[in-house]
Amino acid sequence: MQKKGLVGVLQETGFYGGVAFFFILAAFPFYWMTITSFKTNADLYNVNNIPFWFTNPPTLEHFRYLFERTLFTTWMLNSLIIGLCVTAITLVTALPAAYSLARMTGRNGEALGIGIFLTYLVPPTLLFLPLSRVITILGLQNSMWSLVVVYPTFTIPFCTWLLMGFFKAMPREIEEAAIVDGCSLFGAFIKMAIPLSVPGILTTIIFTFTLTLQEFVYALTFVSASDQKPITLGVATDLIRGDVYYWGEIMAGALIASIPVAIAYNLFLDRFIAGITGGAVK
Amino acid sequence: MAVIADSVPKPRAHFRFLLDRRDVLGSLMVAPAILYVLLLVGVPFLMAVYYSMSAYTIYDPSWSFVGLSNFEDVLQDPGFKQTLWNTFLFTFGSQALGLILGKFGALVLLRPFPGRKIVRALIILPWAVPIALATVAWQWMFDSLYSVINWTFIALGFVTRDEAPNWLGSQHLALLSVTIVNAWRFFPFAIVIFLAGITAIPQDVLDAATVDGAGFWRRNYQIIVPMILPIMTIGLVFGIVFTFTDLSIVFLMTMGGPVGATSVLGFAGFQTGITSGDVSHGAAISLFMLPVLLIVVVTMLRFIRRREI
Repeated sequence: MQKKGLVGVLQETGFYGGVAFFFILAAFPFYWMTITSFKTNADLYNVNNIPFWFTNPPTLEHFRYLFERTLFTTWMLNSLIIGLCVTAITLVTALPAAYSLARMTGRNGEALGIGIFLTYLVPPTLLFLPLSRVITILGLQNSMWSLVVVYPTFTIPFCTWLLMGFFKAMPREIEEAAIVDGCSLFGAFIKMAIPLSVPGILTTIIFTFTLTLQEFVYALTFVSASDQKPITLGVATDLIRGDVYYWGEIMAGALIASIPVAIAYNLFLDRFIAGITGGAVK
Repeated sequence: MAVIADSVPKPRAHFRFLLDRRDVLGSLMVAPAILYVLLLVGVPFLMAVYYSMSAYTIYDPSWSFVGLSNFEDVLQDPGFKQTLWNTFLFTFGSQALGLILGKFGALVLLRPFPGRKIVRALIILPWAVPIALATVAWQWMFDSLYSVINWTFIALGFVTRDEAPNWLGSQHLALLSVTIVNAWRFFPFAIVIFLAGITAIPQDVLDAATVDGAGFWRRNYQIIVPMILPIMTIGLVFGIVFTFTDLSIVFLMTMGGPVGATSVLGFAGFQTGITSGDVSHGAAISLFMLPVLLIVVVTMLRFIRRREI
């Protein structure tokens, strides 16, 4: 009995040790981001201070600097505009496509759906050279609108796949009843299928938005004018003046830009996984 | 599948009736998405292939065909061999590390404990937060002078301040650092994938195995692992594709340095094709990703097919 108790205690300790390990591994960089953004420079750049907590009192000077003396608010606005436009383009194309592939094109639809999804795996680093020429032909070089054109190349495949799953899970009988009642095929899609797939559409919107926020390679390639940059690119590349990194401001910007994505992901994680694995678990 | 609307033969005289045919309307509805993807993924892909066999630079947009000489040039560059090698180390090192962390993380998160939801939410962060921003935080943690990691090592007495490692400044440590950051970015994804796979296993299968005398390890390796293999493979495919072609971590943390020690394919393609404007050689470098991508995609297709049968 005594031994079992000891083993039990050891197991518990090991278990909570494991929890602590993963907790620290995942969260520490973000803790570091947060604490850096609230520290005074005198505190930050002194190797003798304990870095994990404040030696001098916390300050808002980095945030103030970020909002008043940098293009941070412009970048936020750019990201918002890019996100909204890309979401609109994605919904208008992916919704009917997903419905069609799930309901109307039968066996070919499945194959075509997989084909579209595979284009999600074609990496930006393979396409950025020809795409930058396309952008130049369109006259969009160095403008955030180039990203509005390019981002749907990965949001459409991803969201079509995600929405296909939603439409497949929906009972056919509802649309069929509408058609029997004299609704046209397209009418059944607009009046029956779309209202019923609101949760799917919401998931699509959230993920389109977060995918555009996470993107870095295309933004880096196509946009070099500071006032056209989206927030991720701006924070990561534009807050370095000369060769000097202003860590307080950079971390403050990274923190603000990270929060909405972190929340969105946690809320919609299960749907994302279901989408990405395409029901490989059954 | 019996579809009511199809069973009635329809007159084709009017356009309206044409729209009421499932195949016609279906094709019309899928067309915009296909067109968008064809125009902005398919065509650029073919352009990339042509670029790699042309003499095209931003200074000389002549498009003249030069065959495979660009690939020969690239292969003769001693730096490129290192880039190729780095890419494989970076990809498979980080995926292996990510998978190990993911497996153990899933084991930890599988058991209920107070605060599990909060811990799960925080563990997702490395994967959710834009990698460019997290990379910048890591860069600051690896700072040559103010590194919090080094501070901890010094405080614990592992090293002295004079011999503290310069993570991003020394050849081997730099590659290790970017690999660690990438593994850190992917391990939450691996955890989530493992969890999704394990929780989908019917409990009665596990119970039956237990009744038949299977212990913890047997249950683990003879039932759980084979059953979650498909979902694991898809997770790994994503990990490999996005790591093998990645540019952001290396670009932000080391700029390929020191002396090319962390240069990877995506980064080298960017440096040559965009920064130096030598588009054709840049495209040739990028195309070296293709064989790996193809292998990975074929694997994925096989698993998707298996699920349909």
